[in-house]
Amino acid sequence: MNAADTGFMIISSALVMLMVPGLALFYGGLVQRRNVLSSTMHSFVLLGIASVVWAVIGYSIAFGDDIGGLVGNLKYALLSGVGMEVKTDADTIPHVVFMVFQCMFACLTPALISGAYAERIRFKSMALFSLLWLLIVYCPLAHWVWGGGWLAGLGALDFAGGAVVHMSSGAAALACAHVLGPRMALAHGDTAPHNLPLTVLGAGLLWFGWFGFNAGSALAASPLAGNALATTQMATAAAMLGWLLVESRHSGKPTTLGAASGALAGLVAITPAAGFVTPQAALFIGFIGGVVCYGGVVLKRKLGYDDALDVVGIHGVGGTWGALATGLFASLAVNPAGADGLFQGNPGQLGVQAVSVAATWIFSYGASRVILAAIGVVSPVRASEDEEALGLDITGHNENAYRLY
Amino acid sequence: MKKVEIIIRHSRFNAVKDALVALGVHGMTISDVKGFGRQKGHKEIYRGAELNVEFVPKIKMEIVLEQELVDKVIAAVREAACSGSVGDGKIFVGSVENVVRIRTGESGRAAV
Repeated sequence: MNAADTGFMIISSALVMLMVPGLALFYGGLVQRRNVLSSTMHSFVLLGIASVVWAVIGYSIAFGDDIGGLVGNLKYALLSGVGMEVKTDADTIPHVVFMVFQCMFACLTPALISGAYAERIRFKSMALFSLLWLLIVYCPLAHWVWGGGWLAGLGALDFAGGAVVHMSSGAAALACAHVLGPRMALAHGDTAPHNLPLTVLGAGLLWFGWFGFNAGSALAASPLAGNALATTQMATAAAMLGWLLVESRHSGKPTTLGAASGALAGLVAITPAAGFVTPQAALFIGFIGGVVCYGGVVLKRKLGYDDALDVVGIHGVGGTWGALATGLFASLAVNPAGADGLFQGNPGQLGVQAVSVAATWIFSYGASRVILAAIGVVSPVRASEDEEALGLDITGHNENAYRLY
Repeated sequence: MKKVEIIIRHSRFNAVKDALVALGVHGMTISDVKGFGRQKGHKEIYRGAELNVEFVPKIKMEIVLEQELVDKVIAAVREAACSGSVGDGKIFVGSVENVVRIRTGESGRAAV
């Protein structure tokens, strides 16, 4: 047990928690004014739903003893045996702190998906989808990568959740966009963000919280956490500039939304690599991340699905680039517990990363389609035309975000 | 009694208001409005997607006054609000049947 590590991980957990309301602001500013509370709820309520799911059974599925490389057993169900002692002799923090740190990831990840179904999903369907998705997709995937499952066995590197958090939510977002269909407002171009200052503030809080997300994934107040801190900052900065540069050339002006989106793209791209690459490599990973995510967002309109707030373009594309970039730039000099990448003379790592990319996309997309189809049998996933036109704030929650008097 | 509705650019609002007050207009109601006429809207771009915004923000001022003042008001508004470009706005003049001051119950010209 180590006091510095424990203190650092408690603070990191709190930082990651702040990303959820940060995401609520980020998405809330992007939707129409009639849907801002509904979008805020899509993130904020998951602090409730996901935490309870995590305590009851989720944590155990992800981090219980391995069953066939696929899931954990139920030894930690209802947090039994998750106490103030270390989980294993190699750990330096209380088991319960590790559980809460991971719990915050489980709260954030389904909230990321909400950008795809924003402005047209029924709240009940959203809650049910998130609950099932956590149990069927997130917890097993966390086990595959971090809980001693088959991807970990293969040697796939994912420092803070490029596959578990970002690719998985991006793939689920694509499934939601395919199943739900486009927003009615899209047909008459009525989809401009209603409050971009909220979005920028949200992006800033995400950036702030991400230091806990990435540096905290070192699980210790260690030099490696410091490296993750530096890679996070540099990748995010470079990605913001990369996005703004390509945006200026493509559509004329650098935009505020572009600066916020580019920063987020950089945060996503560096997530799997943060503890395996140098800050110099992070500059490159971030810059390219900003460029490819801008491309991913533009591509959406060519492919014709309405991923309302660009979860696929940013988290799906950025997470995929980050996972592959980890296979290019990873270095044992940075993290002896990791691996060398292609540029350190180990091309095999890139292949392993590609397997983790394919597995994550196929599993999360396929399972999400099945979950949505199952919910659809019981009740409509999508709000009615009237509900969508009036806005989900008033029809879904009996509330109004902005009152005239 | 006449009701005059004046739709103008935001940039000309203070000049128009001052001109009306100088003429003796002692009350008005204003609102932020959006509309379009001959002036085209503008283009907004979000994450590379162009949106054409047809409705342009304007200010609407509503005043009720006596018949004799109407021509002076129109002239003053035109002088203060005219930039010579498309989008300067419009003035609508209509008749008002009656006006009632809620506090005293006065009606007609006394209530204006």
